Amino acid sequence: MKKRLAALFAALVFVLALISGCSTSKEEVNVYNWGEYIDESLLKEFEKQTGIKVNYSTFTSNEAMYSVLKTGGAHYDVIIPSDYMISRLISEGMLEKLDFSNIPNYSLIDDKYKNLEYDPTGEYSVPYMTGTVGLIYNKAMIPDEIDSWGALFDERYAGLILMFDNSRDAFGVALKYLGYSLNTTNPDELYEAYELIKAQGAVRQAFVMDQIFDKLESGEAAIGPYYAGDYLIMLENNPDLEFVFPKEGTNRFVDAMCIPKGAQNKKNAELFINFMCSTEASLRNMDVVGYTSANREASEQYAAMLDDHAKAILFPSDEILANTEVFLNLPQDILNLYDELWVKIKS
Amino acid sequence: MRRRPRVASRIFLALIYLFLYAPIFIMIVFSFNASKSRSVWSGFTLDWYTELFSDSMIISSLTTTIGVSVIAAIVATIAGTFAAIGFFNMRKRWRSPLLAINNIPVMNADIVTGVSLCLLFVSLGSVLKYQLGFGTLLIAHITFNIPYVILSVLPKLRQMDRNLVDAAMDLGCTWFQAFYKVIIPEIMPGIINGMMIAFTMSIDDFVISYFTAGSKVQTLSMTIYAMTRMRISPKINAVSTLLFLFILLLLIIINVRQIRQEEREKKLRTLKSK
Repeated sequence: MKKRLAALFAALVFVLALISGCSTSKEEVNVYNWGEYIDESLLKEFEKQTGIKVNYSTFTSNEAMYSVLKTGGAHYDVIIPSDYMISRLISEGMLEKLDFSNIPNYSLIDDKYKNLEYDPTGEYSVPYMTGTVGLIYNKAMIPDEIDSWGALFDERYAGLILMFDNSRDAFGVALKYLGYSLNTTNPDELYEAYELIKAQGAVRQAFVMDQIFDKLESGEAAIGPYYAGDYLIMLENNPDLEFVFPKEGTNRFVDAMCIPKGAQNKKNAELFINFMCSTEASLRNMDVVGYTSANREASEQYAAMLDDHAKAILFPSDEILANTEVFLNLPQDILNLYDELWVKIKS
Repeated sequence: MRRRPRVASRIFLALIYLFLYAPIFIMIVFSFNASKSRSVWSGFTLDWYTELFSDSMIISSLTTTIGVSVIAAIVATIAGTFAAIGFFNMRKRWRSPLLAINNIPVMNADIVTGVSLCLLFVSLGSVLKYQLGFGTLLIAHITFNIPYVILSVLPKLRQMDRNLVDAAMDLGCTWFQAFYKVIIPEIMPGIINGMMIAFTMSIDDFVISYFTAGSKVQTLSMTIYAMTRMRISPKINAVSTLLFLFILLLLIIINVRQIRQEEREKKLRTLKSK
């Protein structure tokens, strides 16, 4: 009996060795991206062109990605976090400098996305996609002209209001309405925003993330803040929906491709980044994801195919963009204050 | 007087089944919805099913999930069955505390199991020079599956007549033959039950997989979870529908087999008594 068990065990070890063995010997690149944030056929095409195998996995939030990187369990070669997370990773020394001689397509990226505050020297990241946050509301249910974040706190729309279900975005909306910066480090301003969101409880229907699609499309709710690209998807299902950039200004985000420190396939990672920057790949990604690509040519070509309404939303004027802010990394004590206040709001 | 409670109990039963199956029914209906919405019905389509099979991301995570679940269920069933037989033959003084230890992982929060396995794999991995991936995912699944198999095989062993083994060995069986020809058939329902539980636990699992899968593989539940920022694609309704039908089919086959076997045994018994 013991012999048989030993044989079984040996067989098991052998199989495991085989499984882990064959995956390390080939040329590969491990990519970590947001869920539903790519035209997946591009991965196959990259594999065919270069012979490099792409191991693709996905995350839901910058924070989830950060914790995975920190535990050291995963070995990624390309990650695509957002602006403020990139500045945090840079400040903690968790990113590699890129070798731009391997990324010639970097020249195709629109200059207005280069060297932004989160990566002032532009050595660590290549912009991937960008977008803005605005107010989406149902014209049939809200007859008034809406141009301010104030509508989210208006008791006339009690029970029809939705709000972001994460602390940074929710506080961002409140801070903007109060006329403060998204990146304020003044605790008094944060407390003020906290009071505002707390008081919103009386008129708010729910905190939501992707549930906002269904709630706005079906008319279960009438107004909420979300991303411009997603509004165009909702519009297809409910033509009554309208989008505005609130006059107080709003949040703009940039998601960019980076290479984490100690990546084992850095060259392949740079080839992958270069591939994703090409105009063709950018166009196809924009078509699937619905956000604005950082590639200038692709953006222009895509804009030419849109009607004026969609164009104004996906490619806002410089005037509107001037009134936007990008999230920056905050000092640890402010992040703790965010967590503390958010828990108080949610409980 | 007697009819009333019967009607009420039937309604109650119907309500329970409605409660259990309405979500699945709605999911199946919306996998045929023409738009991406989860609340507005806009016509019948099979597009999501065709798109599903061309979506490399979902298909590759589905193969990972099914591959891990099948291998983990088989390995855990073999290991768990032997472990159960070992427990059964132990002295009581040892059996009770060891069984209690076996039960801890079942009741333990997934997150604790997941994080501790992750820590173990990461620290061992830096010494043995391997990375988290399919191998570690599989080991993690086998680990949390084994207690379930033991728990489902052990009662069958207790029900078994101990004299059967002695009788078989008296009649010239070696220990292994007795094991193979007497014990295994007696406890087969428990083994199959344990394998089914292990298989479904593996398919379900999110938390432990999340911590042990590393950067190269991703299970279906991880893929679905990552979609929640944008919007869960109706392709997920389609793949869930297919999974549900697959499990349903599996259950039907197992049940039909069981019923047939019982009927056969009943016939044999009636024949004998005549």
